[in-house]
Amino acid sequence: MAYALQQLINGVSLGMIYGLIAIGYTMVYGIIGMINFAHGDIFMVGAFLSLIGLLLITSGGMLDGTAAIILVLALSMVFTALYGWTVERVAYRPLRGSFRLAPLISAIGMSIVLQNYVQVAQGARVKPIEPVVQGGFTLMRDGSFAVQLSTMQILIITTTLAILAIFTWLVTRTPLGRAMRACEQDRRMASLLGIDTDRTISVTFVIGASLAAVAGTMYLLRYGVIDFYIGFLVGVKAFTAAVLGGIGSLPGAVLGGLLIGLIETFWSAYFSVQYKDVAAFSILILTLVFMPTGLLGRAEVEKV
Amino acid sequence: MMRRRQLLGTVAGLTAAGVAGVGTIPGAAAQSGTLRVASVGPMTGQYAAFGAQLRAGAEQAVADINAAGGVLGQQLALEIGDDACDPRQAVSVANQMASRQVKLIAGHFCSGSSIPASKVYAEEGVLQISPASTNPQYTDAGGWNTFRTCGRDDQQGQVAGAYIAKTYPGKKVAILHDNSAYGKGLADETKKSLNAAGTTETMYAAYTPGERDYSALVSRLKSSGVEIIYVGGYHTEAGLILRQAKEQGMPVTLIGGDALVTNEFWQIAGAAGEGTLMTFASDPRKRPSAAEVVQRFRAKNIDPEGYVLYTYAAVQIWADAAKKANSTDPKKVSDTLKSGGPWNSVLGPISFDRKGDVTVPDYVFYVWKNGSYGEV
Repeated sequence: MAYALQQLINGVSLGMIYGLIAIGYTMVYGIIGMINFAHGDIFMVGAFLSLIGLLLITSGGMLDGTAAIILVLALSMVFTALYGWTVERVAYRPLRGSFRLAPLISAIGMSIVLQNYVQVAQGARVKPIEPVVQGGFTLMRDGSFAVQLSTMQILIITTTLAILAIFTWLVTRTPLGRAMRACEQDRRMASLLGIDTDRTISVTFVIGASLAAVAGTMYLLRYGVIDFYIGFLVGVKAFTAAVLGGIGSLPGAVLGGLLIGLIETFWSAYFSVQYKDVAAFSILILTLVFMPTGLLGRAEVEKV
Repeated sequence: MMRRRQLLGTVAGLTAAGVAGVGTIPGAAAQSGTLRVASVGPMTGQYAAFGAQLRAGAEQAVADINAAGGVLGQQLALEIGDDACDPRQAVSVANQMASRQVKLIAGHFCSGSSIPASKVYAEEGVLQISPASTNPQYTDAGGWNTFRTCGRDDQQGQVAGAYIAKTYPGKKVAILHDNSAYGKGLADETKKSLNAAGTTETMYAAYTPGERDYSALVSRLKSSGVEIIYVGGYHTEAGLILRQAKEQGMPVTLIGGDALVTNEFWQIAGAAGEGTLMTFASDPRKRPSAAEVVQRFRAKNIDPEGYVLYTYAAVQIWADAAKKANSTDPKKVSDTLKSGGPWNSVLGPISFDRKGDVTVPDYVFYVWKNGSYGEV
């Protein structure tokens, strides 16, 4: 029981990070029907930016503790959003209206550009940091087994939920959100009705990138080791999460992220550690066989 | 600010690489009578810290040999190859090096790279002296061209297994590996000698390298009451596993192999790394044979840690053997290396057996304390 609880905590905090990144995939897909393969690398850029921010702030000795983390998070979100905006402006917008595969290829290109840029600018070696957020609580004991919930895990879970609530509110309750949903349903009609679709799409990328920045910051603080290549593996997992949850659906992305995190964790917990990815992807395939649109995805209605 | 400095550093690095490259333009090099030697290792990727060690050792050795007049009247030109510890990339770099008529490969680092690359070198007539690949298969495969200046995992594993059985009787031991040629080989040898000493491990499992979240694995170790973790793998993962174990409140001692011998391990593990044990040859920096070279490294602000001196020795011994054989023909040098020892190197006198292994490997235990490591 205690063991399962501990694994649940591990799985949820891992899944939340996947979920945060999955939102970026799902939002972009929802609005322009394209898989933004560079999104995993935007996450990586976010992690590097928060590393730079953290080093600047802590070495300056200006702040410490919670204030520093909030500042780092904000800085990283702003600058990563700038990257997201630029990527859309440079690599995707000129290709809008081109054939379907064109932006997909430029997305892959953008992913390679970002990876190599960070590799050259920041070096190829891993960048470790000392643990920043330390401590935790012992929730319960079962014999000698103590269930630990670290402060960092609490931080990840609460931040993700808070950010998710804010962005759900943004998408469902504000004029901006309404414009986004309109673009999602029918871009041409939306533009006929006076919505600036280019601007709306830019905003979507900005939001997606700033969520990736949050994930990057959490990742850095939780694991303490980043390199230019982290975007790939995490990106693949998050993309899988978005598909599993039903691509295009915001709650689906978080649900998918949580599920992938939990499947990986519980498979490692009770079966073989090395086959956890096989397990996660098998479940993905099974889900898609029986529910082709994912768990919370809507079947696409062809408009005539 | 920091970003700008790193950028500048990178630019400087690129320029330096460009300058080094000039000496090795194919036609020019052949005419001016230089001999090409190469060091290949993970210059990028998560094991780049070790690539830097190989590079530093090879650069210094080539500079010293050239300063002393080169080999058989010819100057050496050093090439650097990057295999990123990826077996496929290793083979393609190996082909590239062979086509550039490199006489010696002081590399590769990872066993998983060295083994496939050695086959290419054997066919193409290139001599390979690895400073770091400890998997027995590398020389056991019987290639005429394979040598190493480090020990072997069966020797390393024997030392580790026996030590664990003796030092921690009755404690629960888990053996983990990363499924790489090096990691699994080392874990298997350790398991063998541990079992032979009468201790059975509580758990034997593989993890996926390159990941960051090992919390599920750690919780599993915790629930089995594991007190000693033996890791056959590299420092990044070992550091992360340890860090996450301490986070979950596990009082555990990690024991590893020679891949933990880099300051990066401590940066990753942080204070959790205190007391971590690893097997490595007795510190070559402290040997009298190395004193002079170590000073030269220190003057350049390089700490000749880990494999730096092993790479230096690989180049140095090859140069001496070529002089003795009065030829740079790789097969002749290979025969001379095996029969003509002992060779005086920075590591002390070294002889090779028929397979190309050093005859007297000495593995001892090191412990991490306060950010630096020393012999137990």
